[in-house]
Amino acid sequence: MTYIPHSPKERDAMLATIGVTSLADLFEAVPAEYRFPHLNIPSALTEMEAADELAGLADANSTAGDDLISFLGAGAYRHYIPAAVDHILRRGEFYTAYTPYQPEVSQGTLQAIFEYQSLMTNLTGMEVSNASHYDGATAAAEAVNMAVANFRGKRGKIVVSPTVNPQYRATIRTYTLGMGLTLLGDDPTADLYAGPEALDSLIDAETALVIVQYPDFFGRLNDLSGFIAKAHEKGALVCVVTNPIALAMFKTPGAMGADIVVGEGQPLGIPLSYGGPYLGFFTSRKQFVHKMSGRLVGETVDSRGQRAYVLTLTAREQHIKRERATSNICTNQGLLALSAAVYLSLLGKSGLRQVAELCYHKAHYAAEQIAKIPGFGTCFTEPFFHEFAMCGPAPVAEINAFLLEYGILGGYDLGQDYPSLKDHILIAVTEMNSREDIDTLVEALREFSEEVGNA
Amino acid sequence: MPELILNPELSAKVVEPTLFELSSPGRTGVTFPEPDVPFAEIPEDLLREDLPLPELAEVDVIRHFVRLSKFNYSVDDGFYPLGSCTMKYNPKINEDAARLPGFAGAHPLQPIETVQGILALMYQLQEWLKEISGFAAVTLQPAAGAHGELTGVLIMRAYHLSRGDTKRVKMLIPDSAHGTNPASSGVTGLQVVQVPSDPRGNVDLAALKAACDDTVAGIMLTNPNTLGMFDENVVEVCKIVHNCGGVVYGDGANLNALLGIVRPGDLGIDLMHFNLHKTFSTPHGGGGPGSGPVGVAAHLADFLPAPLVGIIEEENEEEDIPPLYGFVTPAKTIGRMKAFHGHFGMHVRAFTYIAMHGAEGLRNIAEYAVLNANYIQARIKSVYHVPYDRICMHEFVAEGQFEGSTVRALDIAKRLMDYRFHPPTNYFPLIVHEALMIEPTETENKGTLDAFADALLKIAEEAKTQPELVKSAPLTTPFGRMDEVKAARELVLCCWLPEDYGDE
Amino acid sequence: MTNIPSNLKYAETDEWFDPATGKIGLSDYAQSQLSDIVFVEILVEPGDAVEPGKAIASVESVKASAEVYSPVSGKVVAINGDLPGKPESINSDPYGDAWLIKVEGGKGDGMKDAAAYEKHCESRAQ
Repeated sequence: MTYIPHSPKERDAMLATIGVTSLADLFEAVPAEYRFPHLNIPSALTEMEAADELAGLADANSTAGDDLISFLGAGAYRHYIPAAVDHILRRGEFYTAYTPYQPEVSQGTLQAIFEYQSLMTNLTGMEVSNASHYDGATAAAEAVNMAVANFRGKRGKIVVSPTVNPQYRATIRTYTLGMGLTLLGDDPTADLYAGPEALDSLIDAETALVIVQYPDFFGRLNDLSGFIAKAHEKGALVCVVTNPIALAMFKTPGAMGADIVVGEGQPLGIPLSYGGPYLGFFTSRKQFVHKMSGRLVGETVDSRGQRAYVLTLTAREQHIKRERATSNICTNQGLLALSAAVYLSLLGKSGLRQVAELCYHKAHYAAEQIAKIPGFGTCFTEPFFHEFAMCGPAPVAEINAFLLEYGILGGYDLGQDYPSLKDHILIAVTEMNSREDIDTLVEALREFSEEVGNA
Repeated sequence: MPELILNPELSAKVVEPTLFELSSPGRTGVTFPEPDVPFAEIPEDLLREDLPLPELAEVDVIRHFVRLSKFNYSVDDGFYPLGSCTMKYNPKINEDAARLPGFAGAHPLQPIETVQGILALMYQLQEWLKEISGFAAVTLQPAAGAHGELTGVLIMRAYHLSRGDTKRVKMLIPDSAHGTNPASSGVTGLQVVQVPSDPRGNVDLAALKAACDDTVAGIMLTNPNTLGMFDENVVEVCKIVHNCGGVVYGDGANLNALLGIVRPGDLGIDLMHFNLHKTFSTPHGGGGPGSGPVGVAAHLADFLPAPLVGIIEEENEEEDIPPLYGFVTPAKTIGRMKAFHGHFGMHVRAFTYIAMHGAEGLRNIAEYAVLNANYIQARIKSVYHVPYDRICMHEFVAEGQFEGSTVRALDIAKRLMDYRFHPPTNYFPLIVHEALMIEPTETENKGTLDAFADALLKIAEEAKTQPELVKSAPLTTPFGRMDEVKAARELVLCCWLPEDYGDE
Repeated sequence: MTNIPSNLKYAETDEWFDPATGKIGLSDYAQSQLSDIVFVEILVEPGDAVEPGKAIASVESVKASAEVYSPVSGKVVAINGDLPGKPESINSDPYGDAWLIKVEGGKGDGMKDAAAYEKHCESRAQ
């Protein structure tokens, strides 16, 4: 009886109090022909056996830091997580607590989320933040919900740049099924070398929202101020999808005039964990807060005159608005928001800046060295943060297969999302890549180049 | 006890300062080495002017969050009888398993050959969830229950459209349903039609028959429902909806009562979301992350979100080569519900949990969850009116009000905190006045249940003899009742570094 | 005791209409059911046409959310621009400061008078 504390005597005493004879009696309402099915599940393992089985499954993977050197990014990044983060996350008071609907006994969670909201607002240059969405992709989809609600359904066009992460664009397409909206710009065959102004002609008086990414999916940094101003002339709102580490160094989307800033918070102290759970941060100008979905923690006072925090504007949410709700979301990524708050407070202003600069300089070193290899070159000319696209002499799949034999996880094959970029490989470099790692990559690519040249 | 800091500028007492208030210019926490590569030029015009983040030493950060943690009640602390939340014990082995480097360090876009252990785990979890619930296929992609619901509603919509049927614009939803049900329908453009419950807490069959026609996409059914009742006519409900061409969606929030007892798929449910953070013990994390896999019957499998974990190459038993796991795209997929593959960290926890229970263990969970709920119901029902006098499932609803007293469910909930219990769910479901929804789960012992029942009975006494005491509760918690009106009217949603921060 | 001024007309959904001024608002009964109002959004603009059943405002309290529907047909000539800044006036002064919109051409046919509305409120209180 794993985790179940009853003795047979207690069970029997309880059955007597209820007035039935056996546990099976409690299930009379279940149709007899379907009751108590045989489940084909292996017999229970003890904890020791389970630990062994899980260890075996974990060992059957090769990961960066263990067996492999990684230059994979494309929406999830390998950063150093300070030891203190997990020590806080492992406190049962945080991870086994429920949603803070009873604020009198949940001030730990509530204040931590308020601090998370504050940190994200400061980081993005916006005015408010919610308590988070599932991930960057769904946060971008919720921006669409917010914009449509803002215009009360009177504007039905959404313009999405093709240089927004392909998985985010796919998520937005799924989320907008049945909403009767027109999606424009989401076209992987468009001219990907063009700047954001290529979208200008798609924005008009029917556009509710324009979504762009900064740095974009190819790593490029563009000052979006002019672009955003033009979109505003048409009355459209602008959502910028961004990377939180990049914001430690670079001009914020807030400073460029963005209305909504969202993104993936995984780089902020959250392990890669094969894609989840992650953290979708969602920030905006204060004027949109009543149309914002997701939980919001606000400051108040309790009956004893103490400053305290509480879930607020809850009438926006599904449990009250029901079918009139802007979104059905019923959760926030509580523990991951806590991870981000702990990470950001451990690094602080100077530590986060250091991480960003390490990523920047290492990525530029890598790009520079790779560009010297015959057959390789940097594809785009715009400034970049820690990710850049390299054009190579062979299909990316071949290059990556070659690299894997050297114990290197190569970059992301952009050709799988963009037909015109079949020889473009997206390489990410972070503070976790040593100079030796980068030199090893360069050496391997040089060898590949020679082999291909000889073939 | 944390020192109460009196901030003369605020009219409120600050119990624990924020990170921004604790910040001190020039203080450093975690630092990093100098670059081991040459410096590259940084474009000045793109640089950020200032980064207004706090500056704290590691000890400051640790102490701050440790102090905050002490304001929280949690499952590791005590009983949490929240109806429909299934606040069962969160096994610690799950936490260790999820943190194994071979899992935690894997990038979601790695080549499949490098993550066969991960994919085998996900595949096996899919298979087990299918087996437990009687479905033909499962996706692990949705991030939470509500996300699973949205997935389900989109699958229903796609299914009807694939048959060329564009008339199905309505979703039937029982009046006891959780708010996410109508919300999920609403956001996909469906019109919600409410179906009443009968006096025994079942879906009213006559009303259901009257509402079913060829404009109905389907029904969103929670069984057991939010009253804790197993619908005595559930098979008939499914038949009625199927007869008018509708699809039956099951909200799996209450699956804890059914493990090893009955399989929703066998009853006629066509698709259902699971809540790994309820039934399968993954921790609630103070609000998340959850995980909401969705199981579907065979005729809906083609519509599942992509990518789906599958077997790319069958195993070769002769040569002792295991199967090659990878990703498949269902033929008529609704698309992607989020980036990557779902909350793998929660998949590991749920997998470990199921592995440590086996079929018999899973059935024990349901049996004892239902035993515990019925026991509390039996102990308090003579004092707290239970509108549906039947054997309940894993939860039941009582009315938190008494004749001759102005004390309400809210007050009872607050007073329970003085007895060191987290309150049950209040004011839900909407069809019971002053509802208290109580779900003990199976991981509570008889002593705890007796103490909780005793506390409720005591509070009922206090409601009659000392109502003002109950109405001013909680009195012994770190914080008292909140001014929610002030919070909403004076919206303060974040804080900043003080204006003079960094000035000498 | 809920306040029901006798010079006004009332809708079943708790909106009031003043035939003399053309103003529309939420009744005292409505505000007491919603309790502390924290947010008001007026959904129409001067010049818009309204008819019974059309949503003219959205109101949120700490625990509830409600749409306000026009009880009459007519043309919007003014909206109360001060109201969104002080939503609490719906609670404190539902028939005065907290008027929502002013309509021209509205007649109030089919609406309840004060006595009928009082009965309607009493029947729901049971």
